[in-house]
Amino acid sequence: MTALPASTERALGLVIDLDTCVGCHACVVACKEWNSGSSPAGPLSDTDAYGARPSGTFLNRVHTFEAVPADGRQPRVVHFPKSCLHCADAPCVTVCPTGASLKRERDGIVLVNEDDCIGCGLCAWACPYGARELDPVAGTMKKCTLCEDRIDNLALPEEDRIPACVRTCPAGARHFGDLADPESAVSRLVAERGGIDLMPEQQTRPTNKYLPPRSRDVDVLAPLLEPLPEEAGGFLGWLDRTLARL
Amino acid sequence: MRLATEFRSIRHDSMREPDVPDTAPEIRRTTCYMCACRCGIDVHVAENRVHHIEGNRAHPVNRGVLCAKGSAGVMQHLSPARLRAPLRRTGPRGSGEFREISWEEALGIAVNWLEPIREQHPERLAFFTGRDQSQALTGWWAQQFGTLNYAAHGGFCSVNMAAAGIYTMGGAFWEFGAPDWERTRLLILFGVAEDHDSNPLKIGLGKLKARGARVISVNPIRTGYSAIADQWIGITPGTDGLLILSLVHLLLTSGKIDLAYLMRFTNAAWLVDQDPASPGFGSFLRDSEGRELAWDPARHRAVPAADVARPALSGGFNVGPTHVKPVFALMAEAYLDPALAPEAVAPACGIEPEVIHRLAAELADTAFNHPITLDRPWTDHCGKRHETMVGRPVAMHAMRGIAAHSNGFQTCRALHLLQLILGTVETPGGFRFEPPYPKPVSAHPKPHHKVTPGYPLDGPQLGYPRGPEDLAIDADGRPKRIDHAFSWEAPLSAHGMMHMVIANAARGDPYPIDVLFLYMANMAWNSSMNTAQTIGMLTATDATGVYLIPKIIVADSYSSEMVAYADLVLPDTTYLERHDCISLLDRPISEPDAAIDAIRWPVIEPERPGAEGVRGFQSVLLDLGVRLKLPGMVDANGKAIYRDYADYMVRHQRRPGVGPLMGWRGEDGTGTGRGAPNPKQLARYIEAGGFHIAHVPEEAAFFKPWNRAYQDWAVKIGIYDTPQPYLFQLYVEPLARFQAAALGHGPHQPPDALRERLARAMAPLPVWYPPLSDTDTDTYPIHAITQRPAAMYHSWGSQNAWLRQIHGENPLYIPGALWESLGFEPGDFARVVSPHAEIRVPVARMDALNPATVWTWNAIGKRPGAWSLAPDAPEATRGFLLNHLIPETLPTGLSNSDPVTGQAAWYDLRVRIERIPAEARSAPAFPSEMSPVPRAPKLVKFRAG
Repeated sequence: MTALPASTERALGLVIDLDTCVGCHACVVACKEWNSGSSPAGPLSDTDAYGARPSGTFLNRVHTFEAVPADGRQPRVVHFPKSCLHCADAPCVTVCPTGASLKRERDGIVLVNEDDCIGCGLCAWACPYGARELDPVAGTMKKCTLCEDRIDNLALPEEDRIPACVRTCPAGARHFGDLADPESAVSRLVAERGGIDLMPEQQTRPTNKYLPPRSRDVDVLAPLLEPLPEEAGGFLGWLDRTLARL
Repeated sequence: MRLATEFRSIRHDSMREPDVPDTAPEIRRTTCYMCACRCGIDVHVAENRVHHIEGNRAHPVNRGVLCAKGSAGVMQHLSPARLRAPLRRTGPRGSGEFREISWEEALGIAVNWLEPIREQHPERLAFFTGRDQSQALTGWWAQQFGTLNYAAHGGFCSVNMAAAGIYTMGGAFWEFGAPDWERTRLLILFGVAEDHDSNPLKIGLGKLKARGARVISVNPIRTGYSAIADQWIGITPGTDGLLILSLVHLLLTSGKIDLAYLMRFTNAAWLVDQDPASPGFGSFLRDSEGRELAWDPARHRAVPAADVARPALSGGFNVGPTHVKPVFALMAEAYLDPALAPEAVAPACGIEPEVIHRLAAELADTAFNHPITLDRPWTDHCGKRHETMVGRPVAMHAMRGIAAHSNGFQTCRALHLLQLILGTVETPGGFRFEPPYPKPVSAHPKPHHKVTPGYPLDGPQLGYPRGPEDLAIDADGRPKRIDHAFSWEAPLSAHGMMHMVIANAARGDPYPIDVLFLYMANMAWNSSMNTAQTIGMLTATDATGVYLIPKIIVADSYSSEMVAYADLVLPDTTYLERHDCISLLDRPISEPDAAIDAIRWPVIEPERPGAEGVRGFQSVLLDLGVRLKLPGMVDANGKAIYRDYADYMVRHQRRPGVGPLMGWRGEDGTGTGRGAPNPKQLARYIEAGGFHIAHVPEEAAFFKPWNRAYQDWAVKIGIYDTPQPYLFQLYVEPLARFQAAALGHGPHQPPDALRERLARAMAPLPVWYPPLSDTDTDTYPIHAITQRPAAMYHSWGSQNAWLRQIHGENPLYIPGALWESLGFEPGDFARVVSPHAEIRVPVARMDALNPATVWTWNAIGKRPGAWSLAPDAPEATRGFLLNHLIPETLPTGLSNSDPVTGQAAWYDLRVRIERIPAEARSAPAFPSEMSPVPRAPKLVKFRAG
């Protein structure tokens, strides 16, 4: 119903390092603050904000998973931040009946033109990642804009022309750049670390990439410590020899 | 541009923002206070409204980043739980019924209560502060008032860590030291949850990850930092000390220790009196000039330790009639003991012996096969020049997980011992102090407790005792302080014991108090052990109906649970509306390479339309001091010396030329650390982004306790008045002196009932013993602990519309095997029983968890009616506190605390659990209190423009 561009000049997106993310939610709240308070996407409402069932619109959330290996190795905990992945084949765009959902030709960002959004929710159904949220107060669909009002905003210092979530991430687990440029820092990071697509079987060709957790609990090859040999006087013998050398 | 945080609900019309013309926001740089990390923040402000808060890129603590709490600061600032006027209680305590009064009336009441106390019984004011970051002021104020009953919250926070660090190394973890993030190859975290020093830790972990350094986390629970650790060791709570001493055992038995470091930088060679009949038993042997002695094998006699290059480290010697041994010989006797072998300790620790063997091997390999050498000459305190700086790239960090146990002090000591035998403290790649640390015990005050009605106390209340003669006890050996700090029950309680104040005051032990004055401390809820009964103590009356604690003054910014128990409430501002100084005299924000202090300033003017309004607590305290005519706060004519806290920050001098703020001192503003008060000082801080940084010279960056350039620099900027070089104390003599007293030596003798406990706990070399309340482990086999979430700080987060959506509930997490054996299903509740009480709470399964441990997030549960939450908010209906299960007093009548420092032993808790069907709400449930603030809005739509 709404066409995707055949290609985009750039493919801006995020690279999220699951080996480094500690699940602190800094990105979640920085996103909320910026996009509710200062960006055209806002406000992002919070209903029943101090009540029994608080429910707010967030464009980025952290999910925590526990993985229990079948082979008896230690259980793992993975913190998994998730926002719109700005897919090349974005089903949320093609399903949109009004053209409100769009993928921008110049940079590949998937956006919602709220003036045209009728809040039908089809795009949220079509997104396999659950990355869109219908704001009940605005009645329109909200989603990650990659802070498009920051990244091209000449009023901001150049170093701040990055998404709010990337700017704030304390552990440095979030990276932003052009994934269409194989020489970009993010592309190199993806190559080095074996960055992966989320749910590739959905054939959405997401722009955002995840760097998988490195293997854990690897054996360090240092030899186990041996007690000092008794025939050389044990500990006291070692002490005397060592002191003599100092 | 208007801030359209739309408050649709009733009674909030006064908070509606007027329409104002569009104005571009201005950036005002101040210091965050969403936790104790104290990052620099850029607050974008227009028309006295916050548009946006982000990290200050130039700030040395957070370098531009900001955590979830920091970014949610705007919701804290706009919280509907903000107090808006002084309050006088009208209903019974705990009802939440108040009337709003004027500041004049409030201060008049406070003066009427406090003035007669000061004239007659200054000790009957108990002034305790919670998350106070102005202890240099509050402690001074209490001293000028004349009460000995002052402390901040360190007693239930982490005095074990502070005291063990200061007594051993002259500095501690927490925010007072840091790993050498740029160089370390191996970081081991012990019991570190996502709190102090939160953003620097996250930044640092990111650096280690980026360059492939290893991170190992020792923690019963695998969340947060433990989740990304290369190795997780899911230890059983309370056994870290055993694991650490087993590592010490392995390193010693294999000769993998840095002997040269121990000889040069520690008291390894000092001789210890080993004659049990000697009055000096356990103390160091000294010459007539007081110099510690070591054994010179070449001359066959004891000589001043500084005069012998190769002292004896083993054996025993007779010096006159006294048998002595070097500290290192005592260490070898203690730690070569096969009882510390991995195979012996592993079952108690809940880990495999092999894990300990591998960890020891990795420590030794990293430390000794990968030393770091910096081509950076330095000169030691004896004047000897060294061409390089050599270090061992093993770093450690530890937090409450090891500290909040009744064996926590000795466990923290054990960890420092491990660091020291590896030669990793203050060396490249290791652990580094942050100014004003290193600072030896000798540079700290002793506790003061001499009360004279109508006059100031004889000195600061808190300090570091050197021996039994420094205790705050009366002639009969009974505690002089209301919290029993510095008594035989907890001799080295350097931060006081706030957690015992209410219980002791209600019992009148050692005497009743008249006014309990609390600042920012939620003692009626999550900051007390035994919460339900603590509430009872706050409301208990004598036969005539008078409250056992007759008068309670609470200063806070928000409608906390404690506010409802106050008779008089002094409403504080939010952190964006106030002056503060983050001072080198207090808890600064320094980094290893720089001394740093900072300010807060009112980037927003406080507005509470339609109400009397709020005032910064520190200014109110100074105002009270003037009304009480306290020395130092009024001049000879009784006039105020300081206009307000901001004026005090600039003009107060602790020593000539040294005041709360180090930056831009002197009349021309060129002095750092020293110099006359500069009236333009705050303006200079504001221009500079809210902080001042004084860089440690490169040659002074490591080996600080013995580095002449560091010592000279520290004197230059006013940290010390003279150089304070010292050696690390493997063996701590003040502990030995208390131990000797317990064995019958000396004029100051403990009660007989405490002798055995003191003799064991005050061991001068680190030991491990089981947590003191582990008396019935068969009936209560499960450990129950809490952990602080990264996105919530204490109880503050619950009022935050954004953060409470992240942590609105706190199930009890149950390890997989236990979950299955007890037949739990999702949605169930558990009945959790301790020897003290029971709770019934929702559960969830977690497998990355020590199999004998259950846990939950700290301080999520709320009392209905508090914090401006709806009474049916999940925090109140499903959230819960473990605190109810933890007694503040053990069956022995002693506090549930570490016997050395008095640190509250929260994490000693043991329980049994059983599955029960889901209940409507967590138990115990508390009746709803009336909210002293207007109802919160239903809908929030935060909008800056």
